[in-house]
Parts: sequence; C-alpha cells; structure tokens
Amino acid sequence: MLPPDTSAVQLSPDEVVRFSRHLILPEIGMEGQKRLKAASVLCVGTGGLGSPLLLYLAAAGVGRLGIVDFDVVDHSNLQRQVIHGTSWVGKPKIESAKARIHEINPHCQVDLYETALTSDNALEIIAGYDIVCDGTDNFPTRYLVNDACVLLGKPNVYGSIFRFEGQATVFNFEGGPNYRDLFPEPPPPGMVPSCAEGGVVGVLPGIIGMIQATEAVKLITGIGTSLSGRLLLFDALKMSFRELKLRPNPERPVIDRLIDYQEFCGVGGSAPGQEEAGSVPTITVAELKTLIDGQMEDLLLVDVRNPQEAEIAVIPGAVLVPLDRIESGEAIEDVRRLANGKRLYVHCKLGGRSAKALIALGRHGIEGVNVQGGIDAWSQEVDPDVPRY
Amino acid sequence: MPQAQSTQTPMTQQAGTVVRVRLFAALRERAGWGERLIRLDAGTATPVALWRQLALEVSPNSHATDLPPSIRVAINQAFATADTPLRPGDEVAFLPPITGG
Repeated sequence: MLPPDTSAVQLSPDEVVRFSRHLILPEIGMEGQKRLKAASVLCVGTGGLGSPLLLYLAAAGVGRLGIVDFDVVDHSNLQRQVIHGTSWVGKPKIESAKARIHEINPHCQVDLYETALTSDNALEIIAGYDIVCDGTDNFPTRYLVNDACVLLGKPNVYGSIFRFEGQATVFNFEGGPNYRDLFPEPPPPGMVPSCAEGGVVGVLPGIIGMIQATEAVKLITGIGTSLSGRLLLFDALKMSFRELKLRPNPERPVIDRLIDYQEFCGVGGSAPGQEEAGSVPTITVAELKTLIDGQMEDLLLVDVRNPQEAEIAVIPGAVLVPLDRIESGEAIEDVRRLANGKRLYVHCKLGGRSAKALIALGRHGIEGVNVQGGIDAWSQEVDPDVPRY
Repeated sequence: MPQAQSTQTPMTQQAGTVVRVRLFAALRERAGWGERLIRLDAGTATPVALWRQLALEVSPNSHATDLPPSIRVAINQAFATADTPLRPGDEVAFLPPITGG
C-alpha cells in the first residue's frame, strides 16, 4: 500500500521547478516527490479542517485528491474555511475547493463526491485512495470513516476541534489504534456542541488541519515518526501542545461491517434540536410578526440564546433569558412572573434550544409557543436588516 | 478566562493521595478550571472515585456521578481504564470527545 509504486512516475520540467524546495530536502528528494505524485488522498469534508489540508496537500504535489462534501459555501464559513472565497458563497464547496486547488497546482487530479458519506457509499469511495483525512464535523461520520478505513486497511489522519482546543492523530496505521480505541462510545446527543453552536476561533482548524496535512505527507513519503499511538492535544489560549499515549484496546469489539451510524450515535436524520422542536406547539415567524404588530401588550417574547448572540442580532421586544438559566431552574420564576397574564412565545437561533426551553418550562407548568426557525427565519422572512450569523 | 488553580497541598502519606487533575474542552469550560491538585477522599483511589468526588458538570446543568463512558481517562499522559489505581503525584486527565471540523 504505502509508499505508492513510483516505477512509472516521472516529474515534468515544470514540476521539478515547482517542487524544487522538496527535491533538495534529503528526506523527500526525487523519490519522495514521486511518491507524493503517485499518491491519492481522500478528504472527507471541506470545512475548517479540510480547507488547509487540501490547500497544503495540493501544494505539496499529491497527485490525486478526492473531496467528499454536499454543503454549499456560506458567509459564516469564510472566517476559517480558507479554501473558499467570497465569490463562491452559495455554490458547492467541492467546486470551490477544486477551483482553488487547480489554481495552486494544476497537475493535481481532483475527484469530487457531492454527497454525504454513508454506509452505502463509504467503502466504494474510500477504496480508491491510499489515505483518508477526516475533516468531518459530526460523530456519526467520524465512526463511519473510522470503520470503513479499518475494513479497507487505510490509514485515517484524524483531526477535531472545539472553540480553542484541537486534537490530531493517525488512526489505523501499521497495527496502531483507531478511533474506537480512543472513543469506544459516542457521547449522548447534545453533550458536545458543534462549531455552529459553540463557536470556534478561526485559526484553530488551520493549525489542526495543517498537522493532518503534515502527517499525510509523512505517511506518503515514509519519513519521520507518525502520530499513530499518540493523541496530540492543542490549546490555542495557552499555546501549548500535549500528547497522550493511545494503544489498541484488545477488548474492543471487532469491526466487521458498517452499521447505521445515526442510530449508533443516537441521532436521527434530523438537525440538532429538531426532535425537541417537533414536540412543542409552534408559530411561524410571519404569524409572530402579525401578532407583534397587532398587540404586543399581552404577549411575551423570550429569547433563550446566549448574551453574545443577542449582541449580534435581536428580534425587537424580546426579553433575553439564556437557556442554561432556564434548564438550571434559576430563571423559571422570572419567566413565570414576566409571562403572568400574557401569551408566551420563545425563540432562539434556529428553534432547537427554544423547544428545549419550552420543555423545561412545561415541567414547571409554564406553557408557551415555539418560534419556528428562530431569529434566522425572522431575518430571512420578516426583517432582512436583522443580520444572520 | 478560566485560570488553572492549584491548592498547593503538601504531599504526605498521612494527608491522603494528592493527584493533579486536568480537564479538557467542554469539561474544562463548565468546571471553570483546567488544572488542579486534588486530595482524594478516603476510599479507593481510582479515576472513577475521583470523578465522583469532583462531581463535574457533564452537559449543561447535568451532573453525572458515574463517569460517562464517552469521557476518556489518561493517567500520566497515557490513556488508561477508569479503574486503574492512582498513586500520589499522578496526573489524571479527563478528556471528552470533540467533533468540530
């Protein structure tokens, strides 16, 4: 498998100039550069991690890059997903990434998979590559990538981020541990906030993604000591790196097939919060607007987002009571007092947290109505001057 | 910003086992600290017992007394099982999964 067969690979004069700084490194040299050209890497996700990964793997001269993503570029991606530019907003990420990769290195072959990686397509897609880089943003896909790599015997270069902290390692390489040795069980849904919910400092995926790219280049060229068996932890606030040794767990159940990873991780096919949102009465933003325009006096609109979010955008007239204060019970009596004699409506960004707030309030006998789609729907359908984030 | 705090406890045999605890990601944020010296209560000195003693918040307003299976333990910079005996001066890290990308 690795290193790739270089017997039929030649570098053109243009490539020799382009990669000259690699060619004069004794560790890489002509043979290493040929290995890079002969190699193929699949990047799952072209977001925060996938962006720097693909940029550097393309620049380094990897011959073939595969990209799996079904998302389109959004303005809120640009703070960290540096492979995409403003002119690509609204267009498929994989197309944006391909255009940028060819700008950096026109010799690179780019294969696009505009799909979610699933148990039905993962083996077929991954089988065609030497190495997989995991740049996904959710647990079901991480377990899927891991298991497919184990079944196919492919190294899995892993990275993951949270606000100011990151992790990276190499899984399933030469008998080393895999993701299930690190995290045998997924966390309960909702325990770990996503970047969209928790925020992330923009340079963080750059650092972790480039560590992944470095590991991929080392695996391909066969140099150095890989991160296999070591989980690298990075803390941007302290600017410190730590390492934790990881061994394969002999008691880990054998991975012999792909499973239903949504079920395994306890999440439905729905977006976070959607399940809760289905269990409480709802109102559309247009209906809410009509109510507010009619009579605001006997209506209480509660905003359960965080104060930082309320600084970005608000629906006029809403009272801020963050969800954690409701779930802790701290603010229940405040809400009861405010809502006394009024009809209660609750909103958040997208409708998930407000549904949770209503479930918590309901346990204390306080009934209310969820604003479907949250302030995001409000800015799209009612007032475009309210910024989206 | 949460600062690492330490209760500079002298380590003596009589005083009971003192270990250095490190928390990461959301565990660190919810606890408000990332590193502390902790004197273990009397009883079995294991990460599981330490976890019960710390009574940390695992998800918003939910305190789990039993160590959730999704949180991993590392002792002296190596992943270990949660029932591994702790010795004075050990560094115990509790690491929740993260998945941003």
